[in-house]
Amino acid sequence: MNRKLYNKFLDKSFTILGLVATLIGLVVLSALLIDVFTDGMGRLSWQFLMSYPSRRPEEAGILSAWVGTVWVMILTGLIAFPIGVMAGIYLEEYEKKTWFSNIIEINIANLAGVPSIIYGLLGLGLFVRVLALERSVLSGAATLAILVLPIIILSTREALRAVPFSIREASYALGATRWQTIRSQVLPAAMPGVLTGAILAMSRAIGETAPLITIGALTYVAFLPTSPISSEFPYISFQGIFDAFTVLPIQIFNWVSRPQKGFFTDAAAGIIVLLMITFIMNGIAVWLRYRYQKKIRW
Amino acid sequence: MRKRYQWIKEKLIEGALFASALFSIFVTAGIIGVLFFETYEFFKEVSILDFLTDTQWTPLFTDKHFGILPLFAGTFLTTAIAILVALPIGLVSAIYLSEYASDRARNTVKPALEILAAVPTVVYGYFALLFVTPILQRFIPDLSGFNALSPGIVMGIMIIPIIASLSEDAMHAVPMGLREGAYALGAAKFQVATRVVVPAAFSGIAASFILGISRAVGETMVVAIAAGQQPRLTLNPLVPLETVTAYIVQVSLGDTPTGTIEYKTIFAAGMGLFTVTFVLNIVSYWLKKRFREVYE
Repeated sequence: MNRKLYNKFLDKSFTILGLVATLIGLVVLSALLIDVFTDGMGRLSWQFLMSYPSRRPEEAGILSAWVGTVWVMILTGLIAFPIGVMAGIYLEEYEKKTWFSNIIEINIANLAGVPSIIYGLLGLGLFVRVLALERSVLSGAATLAILVLPIIILSTREALRAVPFSIREASYALGATRWQTIRSQVLPAAMPGVLTGAILAMSRAIGETAPLITIGALTYVAFLPTSPISSEFPYISFQGIFDAFTVLPIQIFNWVSRPQKGFFTDAAAGIIVLLMITFIMNGIAVWLRYRYQKKIRW
Repeated sequence: MRKRYQWIKEKLIEGALFASALFSIFVTAGIIGVLFFETYEFFKEVSILDFLTDTQWTPLFTDKHFGILPLFAGTFLTTAIAILVALPIGLVSAIYLSEYASDRARNTVKPALEILAAVPTVVYGYFALLFVTPILQRFIPDLSGFNALSPGIVMGIMIIPIIASLSEDAMHAVPMGLREGAYALGAAKFQVATRVVVPAAFSGIAASFILGISRAVGETMVVAIAAGQQPRLTLNPLVPLETVTAYIVQVSLGDTPTGTIEYKTIFAAGMGLFTVTFVLNIVSYWLKKRFREVYE
């Protein structure tokens, strides 16, 4: 009898303990959000979004930072998405089980766990020095693309795996080749999952600071990369990808490491912008996944 | 003829896809190549023995010492604090989610925890420096503005979702039959959880734990912002110190010309970091694979 009561008590208290342990993270997250918003909300304004950084905290802004982030992100996506999806297709649809395929799998699992700053060292040694791309948008984007590649590969594979085999068999039965089956049947069915992974990968890349600092992205930039649209023939310019840049998280880091209090407010306001972008992207990804799970029941 | 053309096209596409998959191998080769080359250059000027045993790290001063120990002591201390926070909380949370929580609670809480992982680390750095440190200073007056304690705690909270989510997966994979057997013998829920489920899922839990360590070792921005920039061989969490990652950031912020000894040090430090995380990741991968083989 006593034993039974004791066990009941144990279970009850563990339920409470477990709930507390699970919610601690969310409590801290709320504290973080409240802290950042009270610090930075007042600083957020059109002027803040449209000004270059400055020595005076109240005049500083994030123009060069967010424009740099947009440049780097577009280029990162253009590099990482095709390679990642193609690698995912190969590993899931073509690969035969050999020792070599095993190595590729372990390798990708390991790459997903390599600290991001190591990718920065790779970018510094390979893109900045050996390929002589200097501290350009292209160097930064290539570094981040390699960083998020494992995420895109893994999510592509997961999405492809969820497509039932009968779909492929039906396509083969109608005389389609392997690639025709993948392109017209498997890939469209897996697309929402692939896109979810790609968006999550991009939202990870947007917040990355360390690798870009390591390749030598500047912390004080008072200019923008060359505009892609020019008034003279041929009206399009790719010069911007070779220009120096900074990104939003680096600008925030720069302000946090200044001694003047005013810059902390700027950092908080920058964080609000960064968090908004990250949360919106994650929201889209979650929504896509949810809709996809609801719509398709194999 | 058409068939032949079709066949060639298929092979070309397969080749392109294979090349993309192979690209990941080149990335690893590139990382090892770059790190190895610069580290080799570094050891031409500094002896390995000094690197591993000297207790001072002062490459940026005139009196240069190249002992990696202080940097690794910083990494070790912040990681240890992070794990002390993350392991118990993550494990309790995983047991709760897997054994006690209703499906509805689990399906609401797990995605919510993913938000924690989505917050950029530079934001956690800001939080550690300007929110957690001032609060801690009220209780510990000796705590300096830069210290290991505050970033360690914040990293721990960052890592909780990794440990909780992966451990929960492992516990979820434990077959119902094992639990039912224990219940049939009269065990209470708590006993089933701690004496049946946790031991049965042990390799998966260990994998999540090691992955958490690896994440803390490689974490950069939180420690670069909140731990300081003073390499120091200490286990005192109240004073400023510097981790391996924070040192790489510090050098990268200055304009370091190629080929100088300062430039090479960050690759040597990076090589040490890569080796540690590489071993941890492989062990974690192997453990995870093991629990899959047993129950699936």
